[in-house]
Amino acid sequence: MTAPAIELKGISKAFGPVQANKDISISVQPGTIHGIIGENGAGKSTLMSILYGFYKADAGEIFIKGEKTLIPDSQAAIRAGIGMVFQHFKLVENFTVLENIILGAEHGAMLNSSLGNARKELKHLAEEYGLNVNPDEVIENLSVGHQQRVEILKALYRKAEILILDEPTGVLTPAEADQLFRILDRLREEGKTIILITHKLREIMEYTDTVSVMRRGEMTATVKTSETSPEHLAELMVGRKVLLRVDKKPAEPGATVLDIKGLRVVDEAGVERVKGIDLTVHAGEIVGIAGVAGNGQSELLEVLGGFADGTGEITMNGVALPLTGHGADGQARRAAGISHVPEDRQREGLIMEFAAWENTVFGYHHSPEIQNGLLMDNKGIYTEAEAKMQRFDVRPPDPKLAAKNFSGGNQQKIVLAREIERNPDLLLIGQPTRGVDIGAIEFIHQQVVNLRDQGKAILLVSVELEEILSLADRVVVMFDGHITGERDAAHTNEKELGLLMAGITDTSAVANGNGGNDTNPQEVPADG
Amino acid sequence: MDFLTLLQVLDTSVRLATPLLLACLAGLYSERSGVVDIGLEGKMLAAAFFSAAVAFYSGNAWVGLLAGVGASVALAIVHGLASITFRGNQLISGVAINFLAAGMTVLVAQSWFRQGGRTPPLQGDARFNPIELPFAIGPSDAAAADRPLSQLIAEAGPLQQFYSELISGHSSLVYLALLTVPFTWWLLFRTRFGLRLRAVGENPAAVDTAGVSVVWLRYAAVLLCGVLCGVAGAYLSSALQAGFVKDMTAGRGFIALAALIFAKWRPVYALGACLLFGLFQALELRPDIIENVIGLKVQVQLLGALPYILTVVILAGFVGKAIPPKASAQPYIKER
Repeated sequence: MTAPAIELKGISKAFGPVQANKDISISVQPGTIHGIIGENGAGKSTLMSILYGFYKADAGEIFIKGEKTLIPDSQAAIRAGIGMVFQHFKLVENFTVLENIILGAEHGAMLNSSLGNARKELKHLAEEYGLNVNPDEVIENLSVGHQQRVEILKALYRKAEILILDEPTGVLTPAEADQLFRILDRLREEGKTIILITHKLREIMEYTDTVSVMRRGEMTATVKTSETSPEHLAELMVGRKVLLRVDKKPAEPGATVLDIKGLRVVDEAGVERVKGIDLTVHAGEIVGIAGVAGNGQSELLEVLGGFADGTGEITMNGVALPLTGHGADGQARRAAGISHVPEDRQREGLIMEFAAWENTVFGYHHSPEIQNGLLMDNKGIYTEAEAKMQRFDVRPPDPKLAAKNFSGGNQQKIVLAREIERNPDLLLIGQPTRGVDIGAIEFIHQQVVNLRDQGKAILLVSVELEEILSLADRVVVMFDGHITGERDAAHTNEKELGLLMAGITDTSAVANGNGGNDTNPQEVPADG
Repeated sequence: MDFLTLLQVLDTSVRLATPLLLACLAGLYSERSGVVDIGLEGKMLAAAFFSAAVAFYSGNAWVGLLAGVGASVALAIVHGLASITFRGNQLISGVAINFLAAGMTVLVAQSWFRQGGRTPPLQGDARFNPIELPFAIGPSDAAAADRPLSQLIAEAGPLQQFYSELISGHSSLVYLALLTVPFTWWLLFRTRFGLRLRAVGENPAAVDTAGVSVVWLRYAAVLLCGVLCGVAGAYLSSALQAGFVKDMTAGRGFIALAALIFAKWRPVYALGACLLFGLFQALELRPDIIENVIGLKVQVQLLGALPYILTVVILAGFVGKAIPPKASAQPYIKER
């Protein structure tokens, strides 16, 4: 057996009282894709930051190709042949691709020769690995997928032999993700070593050779991917058995709660985003809206939630809702019985700097039960927040902590607690588990199903097909502002919905009627 | 208005634009690296005083210049410590430097010279004197002909007038300031240092992960800023005027910042913006000219306010967009 590409021995790192990494040892074989999974805060990023010279480990040793290596800074990591593709790209947005690639790795003090060299090298890399990017394009004009290619090219330009990718598919469309994995395959064939940090069990199962699981700062297991299963990995990650499939009984749809006719939405730039859709949601059912991000789903939610204007007809429990003006604001929508868990919980669902208890009443601060004369009944709100946080298993259950200090999943639970406990007739919920840990996903899905079983109507928007398939009773697919199809969730599959999401309405070739057996219910969305 | 008057106004514009240009380029380096500097004013003022004081004692303007640059760089280091090393609020640090300089210069001047917070007038080599370019009509020709210089120039042809009045007869610092423009352009857009400097002002994390020190780059930029502010201050007290007086920068540091925004953080545009603002200042001195040209009496205060008004117009997005470097005013903290 050849020397491992990377071997870590006994790495420990503490931030104050928090032990982020505890005695971690791992060995990564050259020419393989090695997955690392774990929940938020499990210590994956800390470990990779140590490997890339961002942090100095308190204890432990790093061996690169069998040689003990000190990595005090990023420069040393680059010299050791380590390249890192961060979750949030480290690109200068108004620079060209070429400028970004040479930054920090220039040949000599003058730019002209560096740029010339890089252009040649880039052409070479593009041919070798199928990484085509226009070198003169400015980064901000590139799609996210192409920006990520630039990051990979940056690493390769610096002669990286070991490539670390931190949650690379979190920001990609499914097609872009497929392309990325084709590139990674190619890189592996050329003998590069790849470390893939991800939340997505499917990616681990499909693309990695070996997988290491981290939990609470410790490496709980390293196994060959072919010898494990998603259920087993999920259990290793969370420390207990996790239900990957939502446990729910068939829906019993009741009366029509929400009825939309001919809704059109034009955005601020004057582009029509929703182009005349009809949609109904009944009591006691979950309607899932599937679609690639940016096909009008967000705008639909915004109009229903009361922070965008539209035209058309919407009735709620038989009463027409105004679509413009004062009667169409969030306050009026709440009064009509609509609760909203927005897609971007950090910008629209919470005030990140405010404490959790304050966040538990936003949007409802006019409610009479939390007033105390002219003032708000802060003590009452606080006590109620404490109870809510218990009921929704928010960790840590400290109402005084600012919203920004909770993990993604716990932030979402705070928003859910606020919206669900208002006992709405209709719950709008966008990307409920984006950036949420696998353990919390189970909880959140269960809450949504419980609400349905109480006879409430739920409109779910998610870009995660697996989430739609496992949670929704009825699936509506949006493409380019239109509804391209509607399917019973129990009688459709990922392929069929994929075609509808691409605007292809003839799905007879892939439709099957046996309950969608070739879907991947194991899939859990990644950290955002 | 005749041609010669126009030349005279333009000549004054160039003189008045010089300190603006130097300070504007100083701010350009700093802000391009992501460090906002509203302490340009204070650094210029400190440099103006120390260069005048040392020039007075040494009798040499160049020695004075060095002292001025030294004082300005010292304040730049304070700003660097506050905003880079200790990641403080860059605006507050800049304001503090302005106050410090405003008080300190007068205090020290009073203690050294006892002339009410000013330095004694500078004479001879203690000042940067006008340079007479070859073939230009200058004071030496006037002395040889024993006639006033203005008469000689008035009698010359338009090209000679243009050359003698506008191009020739400035102090060396004016030419130096003008040369700083192409130099800055070259440094920013043609060298490795420039690429990194621009990158660190846009996305320091990109520079950091590329293995280049964010702190070092920002200090380099802040020091360059200090040097240029130093030259600007020395120019004020030992070239434009002969000696230091209280608050002699008179808001030029802020006009330079306005020019920087007006120029959208680009060196060649900065030259244009500073010349324009210099012209406003020159016209402020000659309100009669405006009255002759447009037939209306214009308040000189309005001219003084024009740079700010134009900057607000620019910022409001009427004339293209002025987008500052993205990482402006943000201390860099390594993320986990």
